[in-house]
Amino acid sequence: MIGILAIQGGYAEHEAVLAGLGLPFKEVRSLADTEGLTGLIIPGGESTVMDQFMQKYELKEWLLERAHDSSFVMFGTCAGLILLARYGLLDVEVERNAYGRQLDSFVAEVEVQGLGKVRGHFIRAPKIVRVGQGVEVLGEHQGVPVVVKQGAVWGISFHPELASDSTLHAAIFSC
Amino acid sequence: MNTTGRSLAQMLKGGVIMDVTTAEQAKIAEAAGACSVMALERVPSDIRRDGGVARMSDPLMILEILAAVTIPVMAKVRIGHFVEAQILEALEIDFIDESEVLTPADPFKHVEKTGFKAPFVCGARDLGEALRRIHEGASMIRTKGEAGTGNIVEAVRHVKTMNEGILALKDLNKEEMEFLAQEYRVPVELLEETRRLGRLPVVNFAAGGIATPADAALCMQLGCDGVFVGSGIFKSSDPAKMAHAIVQAVIHFKDPLKLAELSAGLGDAMAGLEIGTLGTRMQERGL
Repeated sequence: MIGILAIQGGYAEHEAVLAGLGLPFKEVRSLADTEGLTGLIIPGGESTVMDQFMQKYELKEWLLERAHDSSFVMFGTCAGLILLARYGLLDVEVERNAYGRQLDSFVAEVEVQGLGKVRGHFIRAPKIVRVGQGVEVLGEHQGVPVVVKQGAVWGISFHPELASDSTLHAAIFSC
Repeated sequence: MNTTGRSLAQMLKGGVIMDVTTAEQAKIAEAAGACSVMALERVPSDIRRDGGVARMSDPLMILEILAAVTIPVMAKVRIGHFVEAQILEALEIDFIDESEVLTPADPFKHVEKTGFKAPFVCGARDLGEALRRIHEGASMIRTKGEAGTGNIVEAVRHVKTMNEGILALKDLNKEEMEFLAQEYRVPVELLEETRRLGRLPVVNFAAGGIATPADAALCMQLGCDGVFVGSGIFKSSDPAKMAHAIVQAVIHFKDPLKLAELSAGLGDAMAGLEIGTLGTRMQERGL
């Protein structure tokens, strides 16, 4: 069962992608929702909002404990990537809104290693400015890493779920 | 179509957008969990009280708020005032609200929004108004409600009227759809898309009269994607506490126990107004 953090943001779009792949999922708003999960998607939205309530509802602590389980999958898109980096679950440094304000948002295709082209929306996107040693860079946009993976933890700067592109979800969760 | 604008609206879902009049208020809103702030000189209840012509805010104040927070910032322009919109776009605002809360500038037309890179949100009372605004290029819709009253009844009227309008599309044949498209003054394809989706093709927030956590959760249970709170935060007796409670009421909108906990001990909500006593009904501006 895949959990989708449903504090705020574009969680319904991830649900639509998982439903399209026939994968079971449930919304996570409190610790009571975390039982039996094999992975967690942290969607796009405002990282300040998600961070605040993940801490308040003890979901951050729960997630940090899950990091000891190497089979527990984490997938963060945009704001989700920011949180994975901030919580030390993904060894990258991320700069918020580094691509600019909303006027600089864009749609692009990203070549992802082994998966081909993935279409995504970059919405006030965070920029990965440093990648740690154990982190694989699987996709870049104009020379900047935008798809990274460390063990079972995946982070991407953009939103394939807004372009209804299920390539990454299928690769991450269908194994 | 403003694809990235629609996407930003999707990222605001499940969140609360709060009216703020100073950088300090913007910081309080952000710390309380707002997903975005609306920068304006006076909250709607003050505009209502003061009377006179309400216009776009001073760019200086908007720039201060843009610099004070990391969340997206919105600001209002008068209905049809495309130059105010050009100015806000030049300030690199994240979202423009073409709002009936300000005094309308054009008695005939709304801003032709497709010509802008900055996305727009517009108010609507029913499906026809919503689709006209979307056809003009709005990336997000909100109910008009009746701003500055702290009275939820008009927002509920608008959400329900819109929901009924969408539901009614189900039973229409081709001819009736074409007739309705003409009545709404929108392309029939937009009506067909709405019918297929069973909802508006863009994000739809509640606005106009939300004053308590229960009001916010009511709008969410009626199917809204998120809420705007205008005067309801900074006209309450403890703004930070009220803001924090409304944000959590939107997260836990289906959980009555949580809502009971969140509603307790908040102090006074803003004073409300009966709709029948109003001199100006802002919702009747710009149809």
